[in-house]
Amino acid sequence: MTSPGNELQVKNFNLSIEGQPILRDVNLTFPERKITCIVGPSGCGKSTLLKSLNRLIDTTDDVRTSGEISLAGKDILHAKEADLLELRRRIGLVPQRPCPLPMSIYENVAFGCRIHGMHKKRKEMNEVVEKYLTEVGLWEEVKNRLGSSAARLSIGQQQRLCLARSLAVEPEIILADEATSALDPMSSRTVEELFVKLKEKYSIIMVTHTLPQALRIADYAVFLYLGEVIEEGDASQVFGNPREELTKRYLQGGFS
Amino acid sequence: MKKIPAKYIEERVMRVLMVASALLVLAVVVSIILTIVLKGIRFLSWDMVSKVPGKDWNIADDGGFLNAILGSLMVVVPAMILAAAVSIPVVFYMNLYLRRSHPLSYAARLAFDVLYGIPSIVYGAFAFTIMVLVGMRASLLGGIIVSTLLMIPMMVRSGDEISKSVPDEMIDASYSLGATKWETLKVVIRQVLPGMITAALLAVGKAIGDAAAVMFTAGFSDAVPQSLSDPTATLPLAIFNWIIMPEPFPGRCYSAALVLTIIVLLLSLSGRWLGRRFTKNNI
Repeated sequence: MTSPGNELQVKNFNLSIEGQPILRDVNLTFPERKITCIVGPSGCGKSTLLKSLNRLIDTTDDVRTSGEISLAGKDILHAKEADLLELRRRIGLVPQRPCPLPMSIYENVAFGCRIHGMHKKRKEMNEVVEKYLTEVGLWEEVKNRLGSSAARLSIGQQQRLCLARSLAVEPEIILADEATSALDPMSSRTVEELFVKLKEKYSIIMVTHTLPQALRIADYAVFLYLGEVIEEGDASQVFGNPREELTKRYLQGGFS
Repeated sequence: MKKIPAKYIEERVMRVLMVASALLVLAVVVSIILTIVLKGIRFLSWDMVSKVPGKDWNIADDGGFLNAILGSLMVVVPAMILAAAVSIPVVFYMNLYLRRSHPLSYAARLAFDVLYGIPSIVYGAFAFTIMVLVGMRASLLGGIIVSTLLMIPMMVRSGDEISKSVPDEMIDASYSLGATKWETLKVVIRQVLPGMITAALLAVGKAIGDAAAVMFTAGFSDAVPQSLSDPTATLPLAIFNWIIMPEPFPGRCYSAALVLTIIVLLLSLSGRWLGRRFTKNNI
């Protein structure tokens, strides 16, 4: 098996839910420190693919999978509990609807570190919380109310908090499932710009419904249709000069 | 005159019906409370709530019903703790460890629905049969056991409903950070705790007012029980005993009813207060 670097690889991956095939023979290698956008019409399996990458799909009923998903050569699909927890730490998730944990702003960021036993000293933890809240541009807004409930933040702030929460456990990869779709245009743009900044350090894989967004920020693009990868490659090529007829039609708004 | 469109008439009729139902419910509550207050308050004295029945309680106004107040609390408080200790793990097992649609969760849910529907007198009779079988007499312990059994389905059912209010995103968020199920449970519990407390106290309110369950199992006694194997009086049975007796006993009955109502009211108010204390970070 060839697995250079810390690549996230999907090989011959099939997935069915209650006997219905959702993903068929998916083969992908996600480039490191780039933004990969997965696009495709509703119900094409984008979110399912994303959820398979960190095995959140486990919580769904009657799922059958075959093939291989690996991070830096480590099998994700068949990982045992302890390995899985470590793999999930290395793969962060920014959800569609921001969902702070029922704790203070500070504890939201610290939670992941605490469960992995990172930064046990109080002073160190304070620094970590500050560092990641700064990284998502939230520090100035919340530094005087770290102890208050995360639920009282605006939805855009909550999404950035979720991002900070993921970053705090030092992942290598960030999954984003339509992470901006619930946000107003301003916050949406803020989060988008954050992703562009973050790709210096992290590989970002995002599912998006907004083509203009994919066009703005994607380095690498995957077009998924009815559970199959139709086309993948550099974003400029996939969006600018698609090889496949289906991709062309999708980009022209032929179907959605 | 301008004709009013049908849908506005419909709207108005519906609103009148809703207000009428709300007022009806309110009227029932007010009249029950007024009845027990008006009939009971004259008989409610410090002696009533601080003394056990005297020697001559059945011919004169001698002593109070401290035995029933303490008896009820001694039955219900341990029962609440036992029931919560069984119900809370069941709820989390059904909702977090198993999938909500797992056959075992489904079967458990069905079983608890059936248990919920079983009348308390049947619980009482069932427990009594078992007690006879093992040679146990009507006692505090019997009352505690049957009240626990009565409360478990109530707590599991409401806990089950409450845990549906936890957003899937919250669970996913915790898992995606690499949390175990147990660590996730500790997060989720902050979200459901207020609801669980309210549910537990509602179950207690139901159980403390239930006469049928404790009738055979806890028995009755004029003294405060000294051990788990002593029989004990309870407020609902005291009410039941007195209401059929001549004056002045129905008066005692209403004052006991008043005390019982106040206890239940205090329980539900403290439930709300506790719930609010824990919700400050909830989403």
